[in-house]
Amino acid sequence: MIGKVDTAGPGLNHTTTAKLKRKRFVSDRVVPFLLLMPSFIATLLFVYAFIAWTVYVSFSNWDSVSIDLSFAGITNYINLFNDFRFLSGIRNNIVITVLFVAASIVMGIVLALAIDSKIKGEAFFRNLFIFPMAISSIVAGVVWQWLLNPTSGYNNILKALGVEDLPMWYISEQVLFSFPFRDVQFGIPVALFSVLLAICWQMTGFVMAMFLSGLRAIPDDYREAARLDGASELQIFWLVILPLLRPVMVSVVVMIGHISLKIFDLIYAMTGPGSAFMTDMPGVYMFETTFRGNHYGSGAAIATIILFCVSILIVPYLISQRRQEVDGR
Amino acid sequence: MNTLRVGNIFIYAFLIGMSLFFIIPFYVMVITSFKPAVEATIDNIWTLPTMIDFSGIQEAFAKLAPSLWNSILLVIPATVISSFLGSFNGYIISKWKFRGSETIFTLLLFGMFMPHQTILLPLVVLLQKIGLYNTITGLAIVHIIYGLPVTTLIFRNFYTNIPNEMLEAGKIDGCGLFGIYKYLILPLSIPGFVVVGIWQFTSIWNEFLMAATITSVGSQPIMVALMSLSGAHFSYWNMIMAGSLLAALPTMIVYITLSRFFIKGLMAGSIKG
Repeated sequence: MIGKVDTAGPGLNHTTTAKLKRKRFVSDRVVPFLLLMPSFIATLLFVYAFIAWTVYVSFSNWDSVSIDLSFAGITNYINLFNDFRFLSGIRNNIVITVLFVAASIVMGIVLALAIDSKIKGEAFFRNLFIFPMAISSIVAGVVWQWLLNPTSGYNNILKALGVEDLPMWYISEQVLFSFPFRDVQFGIPVALFSVLLAICWQMTGFVMAMFLSGLRAIPDDYREAARLDGASELQIFWLVILPLLRPVMVSVVVMIGHISLKIFDLIYAMTGPGSAFMTDMPGVYMFETTFRGNHYGSGAAIATIILFCVSILIVPYLISQRRQEVDGR
Repeated sequence: MNTLRVGNIFIYAFLIGMSLFFIIPFYVMVITSFKPAVEATIDNIWTLPTMIDFSGIQEAFAKLAPSLWNSILLVIPATVISSFLGSFNGYIISKWKFRGSETIFTLLLFGMFMPHQTILLPLVVLLQKIGLYNTITGLAIVHIIYGLPVTTLIFRNFYTNIPNEMLEAGKIDGCGLFGIYKYLILPLSIPGFVVVGIWQFTSIWNEFLMAATITSVGSQPIMVALMSLSGAHFSYWNMIMAGSLLAALPTMIVYITLSRFFIKGLMAGSIKG
């Protein structure tokens, strides 16, 4: 610190140096603050104030083109939990989130390990698997809709192979392990496996890339040391590699989980709500009921529920990541 | 050595099998685009066209050209402006920390994960009030604002790697906050701009939900127009696939030529929240 005061130059006495320093100190803090303000204010308005307004609307009677913000209590929420379509959407969203997280972790790790095994053409395979991430979900949905159409696409190949019972893909209305809950058959809708295929096609490369960067960060010494201790390759994977990939795994669960909770475009383009709402999602229902049906209060309530679910996943993750970063420095 | 080679054969077989899974949608999209309408039927989805036919592409282009143009008008200014804002914000957050700057950054980041359904309704009301509803300008502003978190994050991580000593040297030379940004940081930022630019270009080009809510016929960007094309002409699969190809082509070309930077953006936007 003392050394820095000298840089002010020999011509200045101590009080002016101190004043200069204080001035600099203040401007070093105030100017950056002011420069960050426009973005911060935009965020406060377009994110936080908008969220507050949507939550407010979700407690209102606004149900048509003419605006009506009179207080309705939790009526909109109660109606949703008696609503066949909304409950179907919740069932589908839970199922697809669990399937998608599980499938993308398994596929992501397996693909990352295969690519990391010092093979030729690894850049080609890696770039190919990530390629669908650059493609719009709308395009993906349109193409997969045709590929999994029961009368064409993959079924043509299966038919040529002599398969008798052709899968109905997203047209199927079957629900596995079903049990009734207020009119809705809960369980695992078979139609969702079609959605799973398309969404894995689009996102697995991303998960693979995350695991790949995790694998590359593990020093080779660790594997060598375990090998010297006589561990088999399988043991090395389970006991050395997998535990070290845990932070990546947490990131994958949070990223994929929250993408799945707010999923919209792919479903909207590929199947829509589906027959008997077998592939409907809260995100799709919200869009249609708000902007096609003008049920604003109800739409706002769905949006609030989606936000709540996403926040449960994202907020603790964001805070812990930020804390780690601050501590790390 | 031998077991290793057998293992490698398994790995190649697996990777090639997976490659098929990833290539097939592209294959079907491309071959169907070049089929005449009579051949683009559900029975021969897999077979190559007997002759290359451009009628599907022509029809799709005729229908989608205005919205392709809308998308270009949308994506270029939105990408450029949000990249510069992200660069400047990232510079301040990484190099000019002040009390509360980390909190502001965390609050900013949440906007990246928030489901857009939650803000659509007030957004529409606000845009209608200020006369920007159903305009490309309005949609561009929306993309710039909701792009702030990711662009700021990527640049902030990028600038963290620039040593603070360089800034000190700049300060001694008499540069202030703006001088250092202009003469030291900006010239070093080219790779950051490439990563952020590609990321924003791809996301804005591909975005559907906000575009579908804010615009209607006339101001629609490409994805919204593609969606109505596929809904309205249900059985003209050659035209629908050609439309999909046209809509996907810009981001496909960017990815094929600059995949390295795309993957960097993908990683920067996810792991280090």
